[in-house]
Amino acid sequence: MATTLTKEPSRAAAQHARPPRRRLGERPNWLGGTISWIWLLVVIVPIYWIVITSFKSQSNYYAENPFAPPSEPTLTNYQMVIESGFIRYFVNSLVVAIGAVAPAVAVSFMAAYAIVRGGGSRFLRSTNSLFLMGLAIPLQATVIPIYLIIIRLHLYDTLLALILPSIAFAIPLSVLVLSNFIRDVPKELFESMRLDGASEWGTLWHLALPLTRPAVVTVTIYNALAIWNGFLLPLILTQSPEQRTLPLALASFQGQYSINVPAVLAAVVLTTLPILVLYVLGRRQLLAGLTAGFSK
Amino acid sequence: MSVIPLPSGRNVPPAASSGGRGASALPWLAVPALAFFVGFGVIPLIGVLLLSFTSWDGLGDISVTGFDSWRAVLADPGLPHALWVTFLVMALSWLVQTPASILIGVFLAGQQRYRAVLAVLYFIPLLLSSAAIAITYKALLDPNFGLGAGLEIDLLVQDWLGEPALAIGVVIFVVSWQFIPFHSLLYQGGVRQIPRSMFEAAELDGAGRVRKFFSITLPQLKYTIITSSTLMVVGSLTFFDLIYVLTAGGPGDATRVLAIDMYKRGFQANLMGPASAIACILVLVGLVLALLLRRLGGRDASASQLEGA
Repeated sequence: MATTLTKEPSRAAAQHARPPRRRLGERPNWLGGTISWIWLLVVIVPIYWIVITSFKSQSNYYAENPFAPPSEPTLTNYQMVIESGFIRYFVNSLVVAIGAVAPAVAVSFMAAYAIVRGGGSRFLRSTNSLFLMGLAIPLQATVIPIYLIIIRLHLYDTLLALILPSIAFAIPLSVLVLSNFIRDVPKELFESMRLDGASEWGTLWHLALPLTRPAVVTVTIYNALAIWNGFLLPLILTQSPEQRTLPLALASFQGQYSINVPAVLAAVVLTTLPILVLYVLGRRQLLAGLTAGFSK
Repeated sequence: MSVIPLPSGRNVPPAASSGGRGASALPWLAVPALAFFVGFGVIPLIGVLLLSFTSWDGLGDISVTGFDSWRAVLADPGLPHALWVTFLVMALSWLVQTPASILIGVFLAGQQRYRAVLAVLYFIPLLLSSAAIAITYKALLDPNFGLGAGLEIDLLVQDWLGEPALAIGVVIFVVSWQFIPFHSLLYQGGVRQIPRSMFEAAELDGAGRVRKFFSITLPQLKYTIITSSTLMVVGSLTFFDLIYVLTAGGPGDATRVLAIDMYKRGFQANLMGPASAIACILVLVGLVLALLLRRLGGRDASASQLEGA
């Protein structure tokens, strides 16, 4: 909503305009501070526990204080997880995530560009309303017909069965966020591109895309996260272990080895690692873009 | 997720100004997205309504059976129970998350450097899949192998997921654990957009911190509160993964929310007709809630929250 006041060419610029430092001598916000630090503990303690426990042997796990670092760190849990097929599941998740996110962001960007630039057209206006309606509907409610469609397309138990609905589910929010950002590109720039004789496609590619790159990164990471962590579609649309994605593999691994807590937690760490890397790489843009996109 | 309505036509040049050679190409750019969304969004949405008037076991033929599924579902005491549990989870998770997120967001909006570090760490739960979180808490709360047994603290040694009331409490806690960080960041963004001048004016009038919070911060956050609440409320309808892995709807039916009810009827009991009827109810509840929240925000929620500032 800051951007309704500021009209910089890109929201990234608006993000840098931080309010001035609070005046010194203001009393500290004890209540907010206390709750924030307590909640930080609540967030961090389980994560600390996951990481240290994943390096303990099963026998040490029962013998040691749960919060003590492992006395004899071991990688056997990780070895066990990897040997039980997690490389396969990892590759599956990667195929689904890339296979769904790349087309989802591409078609969403094209649609967002068309909606912003051609808002006068009735077709584009109703397309936009349709996507907005999609935001209000819990799309999980549509899994039964999706299951039927996938069966009829003979795609049941394939990775493509996961990719197609994932693209559709990603579109409404992606179009909303991207169109909010494209709308902030000054009209004069579009106008001058037009006077230079650029086609709509050229304008999209050479003007809109470079200026909204932070938004594209945000949307990409956000969708990748949602699809990487998706559980319901794989649960319903696949059945053989060869087509499993990580969250589903995690659940069945836990069912199999529920007694071996360290191994289960090693599996949790391994499935989260790629996302953690992505987060470290794109953190700034994700944090800035996500809140800006939602608070529009 | 949420409805964040945009007035169509805002900032849009009149059609004539975008005339010329590119104009007719524009609608085509929207076609691929539209095709995907219609194929795997709109058609399934219509399909779910149609399937609720049929009988199908998930494998064999689909036969039209009129209102049989609806009659069965509406007469089943499981439905009011599932609605009640869904509502309970929604209301409790909102009640826990909203005040905490606002307080944390206001705090994080300050400028000290360590608050930025806090924001980074806060984000971690959002990276984990619901399945991973559910599995972690299942292990953590296990009465025999979990934290309570390990630390030998009797208070923590409870059958957390075996007692209906405790299981609901655990679900609320885990949901809060997962999502409070995200909503805090939303509020942090909202607070940073309140003009400093408003606080300064209030300070000149001698307003204290509490007074400023209730007279300026909270009213100025109105639209952030609506956005965040919409995400929480509509999102709570889709807590499938978490509950499915954590409790599978149990113990008994204690945490059997609508989404779990739909899955169990459809994919475990192979009654796709009644499951589709439940799915229709789920869609209806989502739409009604989104519209209600939108009404709360006034007709034009995308207008600046700073108007009149």
